[in-house]
Amino acid sequence: MSTMSGARALITALEHEGVEVVFGVPGGAILPAYDPILDSPIRHILARHEQGAGHMAEGYAWATGRVGVAMVTSGPAATNLVTPLADALVDSVPMVAITGQVATHAVGNDAFQEAYTTGITMPATKHNYYVTDPREIPDVVREAFHIAATGRPGPVLIDLPKDVLNGEMVWHKPAKLSLPGYRPTVDAHPRPIKDAIKLVEASERPVLYVGGGIIKAYAHRELLRFAEATRIPVVTTLMGRGAIPDDHPLALGMPGMHGNYTAVTAMQQADLLIAIGVRFDDRVTGNPATFAPGARIIHADVDPAEIGKVRVPDVPIVGDARKVLEELLSKWDGRDAPERREWLDTVAAWQRDYPLRYNQHPDGPIKPQYVVEELNRLAGSDTILVSGVGQHQMWASQYWKFTEPRKWINSGGLGTMGFAVPAAIGAKVGRPDEQVYAIDGDGCFQMTPQELITASAEGIPIKVAVFNNGAHGMVKQWQNLFYGGRLSAVDLGKDFPDYVKLADAMGCVGLRADTPEEVGPAIEKSLAIDDRPVVVQFVTDSEEMVFPMVPAGGSNDDIILSREDLP
Amino acid sequence: MSQHILSVLVENKPSVLARISSLLARRGFNIHSMAVGPTADEGMSRMTIVVDAPEMEQVKKQLHKLVNVVRITELDPQTSLEREIMLIRVSAAPGKRGELLEIGTIFKATVIDVSTASMCFQVIGEPRKINDFVELVRPYGIVELVKSGRIAMGRDTKTRKLRAIG
Repeated sequence: MSTMSGARALITALEHEGVEVVFGVPGGAILPAYDPILDSPIRHILARHEQGAGHMAEGYAWATGRVGVAMVTSGPAATNLVTPLADALVDSVPMVAITGQVATHAVGNDAFQEAYTTGITMPATKHNYYVTDPREIPDVVREAFHIAATGRPGPVLIDLPKDVLNGEMVWHKPAKLSLPGYRPTVDAHPRPIKDAIKLVEASERPVLYVGGGIIKAYAHRELLRFAEATRIPVVTTLMGRGAIPDDHPLALGMPGMHGNYTAVTAMQQADLLIAIGVRFDDRVTGNPATFAPGARIIHADVDPAEIGKVRVPDVPIVGDARKVLEELLSKWDGRDAPERREWLDTVAAWQRDYPLRYNQHPDGPIKPQYVVEELNRLAGSDTILVSGVGQHQMWASQYWKFTEPRKWINSGGLGTMGFAVPAAIGAKVGRPDEQVYAIDGDGCFQMTPQELITASAEGIPIKVAVFNNGAHGMVKQWQNLFYGGRLSAVDLGKDFPDYVKLADAMGCVGLRADTPEEVGPAIEKSLAIDDRPVVVQFVTDSEEMVFPMVPAGGSNDDIILSREDLP
Repeated sequence: MSQHILSVLVENKPSVLARISSLLARRGFNIHSMAVGPTADEGMSRMTIVVDAPEMEQVKKQLHKLVNVVRITELDPQTSLEREIMLIRVSAAPGKRGELLEIGTIFKATVIDVSTASMCFQVIGEPRKINDFVELVRPYGIVELVKSGRIAMGRDTKTRKLRAIG
């Protein structure tokens, strides 16, 4: 029987999993795996920093629904991957990370580029493996992909010592999975489904509160059917934007700290929240003690630990969001949709009276919200929109009209600045025929711009709109609101870098808009380019703040609508 | 904060102890004691974890998310069998040995080492009995004390009539 190296077994196992692309950076301990990949149909994208490789794998997974793969070496490379892993864990992004490790005989001796990778990543992964025998590789890879993609998806790391990669083994097809402690509940129990239907029937002011779980489970069609069949309005969290089209009459948009008035208030006044694929995050609930005080709760999630973690539900349902909605629909079947005129009229009146608003003066500085709306108008809602973290992220989520799932990619739970550029690259690799546009703040952009070199070198023509307000805008907003305007360490300056030159130096096209009338033409010019990455610098109003706003830990009843409403 | 006893069946895999203690620490649950050992099935280990937590739902659900955790049972102190083993070295000048031996007899403690200055007892029993023994010998001077951590299992409630008392 012919043998192969552990490294070749690894690449073979990845091929068996259907992996088409690996994002990575080579190095000493992972060297053996970089040889057989030359003979593999798997494409390797050479990131410029391991964090970039990790976020690319995430962006790929977000856009395609498949498991993203990152491969890096030991020590500092593995520690650089910790941020994407933690990000993927809290946002439930399916990802497999492969790290090299020093040889088994050197482990524990503070060898060159040694770090205790499995120990460091234990709380940042759904599961991890330290492999000590090349014969384990086929089974470990199979298990890792299974765990990453099923139940509540998440990152799984495989740590491979160099002698294990170099060791010989006889290839074998992975054995049947043996995971006695891992059996995610996918099918909802019929009992709570019946109880849920009773609550839906009895409710007068119900709201569907849905999030990333809908997107991950491909449950958007069932959600729409259920919302229409029961005539219940829908709020979509930051992770769930696109779960229902924003132009649908039942769509209320985003709730939470920077949610719109209607979404926030509808939940506060609801008598029933049907929460599906959400986790009652503090950015949604504000002070949990005052959140939706009159609402009974149906909470469905594939992760049982999310149910009752923040708010004890009246009806807990453990299950995959699509299965849950299918069951709810089948039990609801045949009933007429209730009229709910009073509730829907109330909601419609809020939407009419308290819309999101901003003022773009023709002669004034560019308002960031205006850039989002112009970009949406010119690029279209079928664009995959990627964002970093901060003010620009909130404006993007507020003002972009999402019409389908998997078109909105951002770092929600961990709030990772620097996410947008590499995640956009990963998304574009997974969906090469779609337009991928990142909206990034200047603070975020300066954390991972080097990945634009990757994009140029690999021919990945993403577009990046940099909102250049010269500040860490969200921090500045908090200092203005809660620290008496004492601005500390938030000034990035507008004089440098010159984003056009920076883009040019990295092989991208650089464009710039300083005035409102330059916004549209700059976007149009960017959209006409498809052979190179494009960076558009929008010099935006430094003083603009994100509203509405519920101060952290405050009650959602105390939503502040605009600067004029500040106490 | 109240104490709860969890009997946790885990796959006998490397780092499983670290995974459990890391998770409990990260979620802010305080481990009072933890005892680990193999089971009749060599692929599995059993952990008895005594946790300080206001309520156990989250602790159990979070532990269940660990891939290597197979089963978690919360044991009701009223209906479970709990044992702990303690080794305790007490100052024992020759004139005090008789008194200490008497206390030991009451507690079915075994003397496993004796010197001119001290005696070492092995005490096995429920945590309360062990604590009582500690208090009784404290006035003589405790030199060293070590406990195994609690181990526990539920009573056989299905075949209750057949079970021996104890």
